[in-house]
Amino acid sequence: MPSLDDLRKRITSVKSTQKITKAMKMVAAAKLRKAQENAEKGRPYSEKMNNIILNLSAGVSDPQSAPKLLVGTGKEDVHLCIVLTSDRGLCGGFNSNIIKKAKNYFEKIQKEGKSLKIITVGSKGYDQLKRQYGNSIIENISFKESKNINYFDAAKVGNLIIEKFQNEEFDFCTIFFNKFKNVISQIPQAQQIIPLENGNKEKDEKLDSSYEFEPDEDEILSNLLPKNISTQIFKAMLENSASEQGSRMTAMDNATRNAGDLVDKLTIQYNRSRQAAITKELIEIISGAESL
Amino acid sequence: MDQFNLEIISPERSFLTKKDTDEVVIPGIEGYMGILKDHIPLISFLKPGIIDVKSKNENINFYVDDGIVEFKDNTLSILTSNIFDLRDVNKSKLDKIIKDTEEVLKKENIKDQERYILNQKIEVLNSIKFN
Repeated sequence: MPSLDDLRKRITSVKSTQKITKAMKMVAAAKLRKAQENAEKGRPYSEKMNNIILNLSAGVSDPQSAPKLLVGTGKEDVHLCIVLTSDRGLCGGFNSNIIKKAKNYFEKIQKEGKSLKIITVGSKGYDQLKRQYGNSIIENISFKESKNINYFDAAKVGNLIIEKFQNEEFDFCTIFFNKFKNVISQIPQAQQIIPLENGNKEKDEKLDSSYEFEPDEDEILSNLLPKNISTQIFKAMLENSASEQGSRMTAMDNATRNAGDLVDKLTIQYNRSRQAAITKELIEIISGAESL
Repeated sequence: MDQFNLEIISPERSFLTKKDTDEVVIPGIEGYMGILKDHIPLISFLKPGIIDVKSKNENINFYVDDGIVEFKDNTLSILTSNIFDLRDVNKSKLDKIIKDTEEVLKKENIKDQERYILNQKIEVLNSIKFN
């Protein structure tokens, strides 16, 4: 049985924790709004880019001469995985969800006997993966210094990937990130970016209007594809940051509520033991008086 | 004059949308092109240069580094990662960009094509500076 003093101390400590989580929730909510806005603003660019590429790739008739970024190297030996996580913790299941998804994929690949290379973006992912997959991690990038997500950071990652692809260091490239659905749910996603997946090929056949190309089609495509990699990564980073804030907001909201419950419980316990102490004292006085 | 739509999109945001453009002159990779209404569908690249947007009331000029242009259904879409309005640019900023570009040019391992683009960039920026 803790003493009254101990209980009082615990209550104050839980209360101050509650204040912190509440403040964090507010900050996350403000940041979430901004991140969401950014994600929405960034959408037209990647959509347009995708459309143009779909239109172009529909016109590619000869897969032999098509750029390798589009059709792949023809081998499937080495898989490169880009795992995008956050730099900060206290955001609920945000990071572990991505890691879980990524780990499943890693296991599948290793079972098939293919080799695995990992690039982690964001320090939390690196921390969680380095123990099990330390040997496979070839690069760890973190953008702690840049306050907002900007395109140049994404382009840095994109250029790194393209450089490695041109050195034939891998055949497949997949990115892992959290897609922002709403504040409560973020869905971990795996998106293959090299070679490019175009799932809705049927839809774009009627879009295939007779474009005029300047310079020629192949050159445009081979120029556009590297840009598209950076764009996709940028999109993933935007989605990720919105998800991170959303996830943190929910986590902190839960924490605040739990702290509230705990304070209630502790207060009841405190009052009970205070009452008990008073009763005990009373009994002592009465029995003292009786014995006289 | 017949009007068409223009949208300039950067990765971060939608930079400009206009519904009443009469003519747009863009720095295509193989030379400047003027786009008017009912142009045939087009996809092209930009080199460093000046986009000149002409509409009834105003003329706006933008500087772009690179970009992709698509014209379809009387909508001209320009995707670019580096763009600014010539009206809100000052000399020191231009000087800085020129200096940075010259730094890059000094490196030895650049391809001829990149060298050409970079030279073009310096030329355009200088011409902006002296206007």
